[in-house]
Amino acid sequence: MSKPMLAIENLHATVDGKPILNGLDLAVNEGEVHAVMGPNGSGKSTLAYVIAGREGYEVTEGSITYRGEDLLAMSVEERACSGVFLAFQYPVEIPGVGSATFLKTAVNAARKHRGEQEYDAMEFLKLVREKRAALGIDDGMMRRALNVGFSGGEKKRNEMLQMALLEPTLAILDETDSGLDIDALKVVADGINALRGPERAMVVITHYQRLLDHVVPDKVHVLAGGRIVRSGGSELALELESRGYAGLGLEPSAAA
Amino acid sequence: MSAQQEAAQAVESYAGERYKYGFVTDVEADSAPPGLDHDTIRFISAKKGEPEWLLTWRIRAFERWLEMEDEEPTWAKLHYPPIDYQEACYYSAPKSDSDRPKSLDEVDPELLKTYEKLGIPLQEQEMLAGVAVDAVFDSVSVATTFKDKLAEMGVIFCSISEAVKEHPELVQRYLGSVVPYSDNFFATLNSAVFTDGSFVYVPKGVRCPMELSTYFRINAANTGQFERTLIVADEGSYVSYLEGCTAPMRDENQLHAAVVELIALDDAEIKYSTVQNWYPGDAEGRGGIYNFVTKRGACRGANAKISWTQVETGSAITWKDPSCILQGDNSVGEFYSIAITNNRQQADTGTKMIHMGRNTKSRIVSKGIAAGRSDSTYRGLVRIQPKAEGARNHTQCDSLLIGAECGAHTVPYIESRNPTARVEHEATTSKISEDQLFYCRQRGIDEEDAVALIVNGFCREVLQELPMEFAVEAQKLVAISLEGSVG
Repeated sequence: MSKPMLAIENLHATVDGKPILNGLDLAVNEGEVHAVMGPNGSGKSTLAYVIAGREGYEVTEGSITYRGEDLLAMSVEERACSGVFLAFQYPVEIPGVGSATFLKTAVNAARKHRGEQEYDAMEFLKLVREKRAALGIDDGMMRRALNVGFSGGEKKRNEMLQMALLEPTLAILDETDSGLDIDALKVVADGINALRGPERAMVVITHYQRLLDHVVPDKVHVLAGGRIVRSGGSELALELESRGYAGLGLEPSAAA
Repeated sequence: MSAQQEAAQAVESYAGERYKYGFVTDVEADSAPPGLDHDTIRFISAKKGEPEWLLTWRIRAFERWLEMEDEEPTWAKLHYPPIDYQEACYYSAPKSDSDRPKSLDEVDPELLKTYEKLGIPLQEQEMLAGVAVDAVFDSVSVATTFKDKLAEMGVIFCSISEAVKEHPELVQRYLGSVVPYSDNFFATLNSAVFTDGSFVYVPKGVRCPMELSTYFRINAANTGQFERTLIVADEGSYVSYLEGCTAPMRDENQLHAAVVELIALDDAEIKYSTVQNWYPGDAEGRGGIYNFVTKRGACRGANAKISWTQVETGSAITWKDPSCILQGDNSVGEFYSIAITNNRQQADTGTKMIHMGRNTKSRIVSKGIAAGRSDSTYRGLVRIQPKAEGARNHTQCDSLLIGAECGAHTVPYIESRNPTARVEHEATTSKISEDQLFYCRQRGIDEEDAVALIVNGFCREVLQELPMEFAVEAQKLVAISLEGSVG
């Protein structure tokens, strides 16, 4: 039997004093990929940020347990270093900081946290070369300032490269499919699939079925009004696709 | 063998030699009593065995300074209590060993921590902290090694005191020719009382074979508070000079007023880089160096180029605007600056580009970073004289704020007296965004490292102008300067 990776119980969270999550429960085991779908404003991104520990996202009730530990007691960087990765819906630009420099700093921060030797520039370049080709990222992109002037597809592929290098145990993918054309979607999906493994869990947050054609989830959850209102197998995503949230009695407005 | 290795070896062998003899000559010398009058000037000049013309020059400067009583600059955005110039000591003997720390164990642990972070070698740490050790670095000896190599090419590189003795005609010809003794309150004071500094002359057509930096780092500890530097690049020559040190130096003198003059003749190029990290005072702004500097370069000849690069992280107060006078046709002036202020530091720094010749070009890239309760001002002047046909300037002036209690100010003056000139000014002010910090932290980079990373990115254009070996140190320095500025 696989071990629990993430256990969220009765999670309530507010942003600027406004309740967004209202008693959310979610359990993800090692090796599983879960999709969380839901209409706009249902709390999907809030869920991602609360797991990552972003300031301003206040947990008022409930708990999050990550590999048996209280995740909420950990700082943002502690969570990251212990294997929680968030692929951003809108990756942030950092002018003047080369993508390779940023990646190396991040990978070495995690290695240092684990008490491992930090990579030097040569070792790191070698490592990157292996991983980036599969994602169609060329060396030129690695030298450009992080996300500055990147197209939507480049940004998302860069997120996947970061994930591949950081090798998280729990990856939260926040609308990684948004803004991608079909080819880029395929590349990103391949990147995700390549990282599926028995010791890793993923939560794929998405609006649409289309990513799930390529990344077939073990479970699908529907988030509305700050709670999981339905859970099922991958067929639930298809049902949503054909009937819409309204067809399930989940008008977007009901989520507010 | 690289110049650095040679230097290290020279130091080692010299240190060994000293140790063999087992004693250090006592260089006890007289000090001038506090205060400043004609006798003080004569005392300094006599101590240094100067010729009459230099004494006369000093006296003239002093008399001009006395008339400037009300001319201490107040236009800068700086606040400090009035300085009592009669309280200062203008010539002091090197400290006797009994007054100095016996070993690094007696040195402020905070200082040592910083040295460690910067990766300063132990021997150099002792030198910087002013430790009295048997095996002291002897700048004279190290200098000899370098000088032999430079002499082969005809490059003169020595202290200005030595140059006055050995090359009086060069010094007399160029001293005060860019910054006249009457230039401004602090430069005039410097002209009257300057103690030492560097002199460089690169002859026609010679490309100086090494960065003039290593020697300086070793020699810099006692250049004193009124430093005077003069660099002359003759026709078609090139020199890159680096002053300062990333490591904070122990210094008893609060007031520093340096003057640097650069002269580039036809087709000559001078690259002058500064890393300034004097003691900035404590978090409440107590103590700390007042750094009032006049730096100016003249592109005297056609196609000459002068490039200033500075990383200013130290001092309680920095007042400084390295400038270029672009006299020769097609001459080029550049100014690349990073000024970081934290806690209670204040900096009013920028540049002046004076376009006189035809088709002269200047480029200004200024990056100001303010944290804590500090204040950072960019003050720049771009002046196009009537004869400067086709002159061009591009100025980019970016400020980055960290926290809510600091200030960044930009005061650009543009005076164009020629209709063919093209002058461009871009300015931005930004804050490190919460989004950027969160993104970095989510990738496992802690907040302090994230700030360092973002700020280094912000400064990149300037950092890449620094000589390689210093760029790396400067990046570390940027990080250290901003410690404690977040969270």
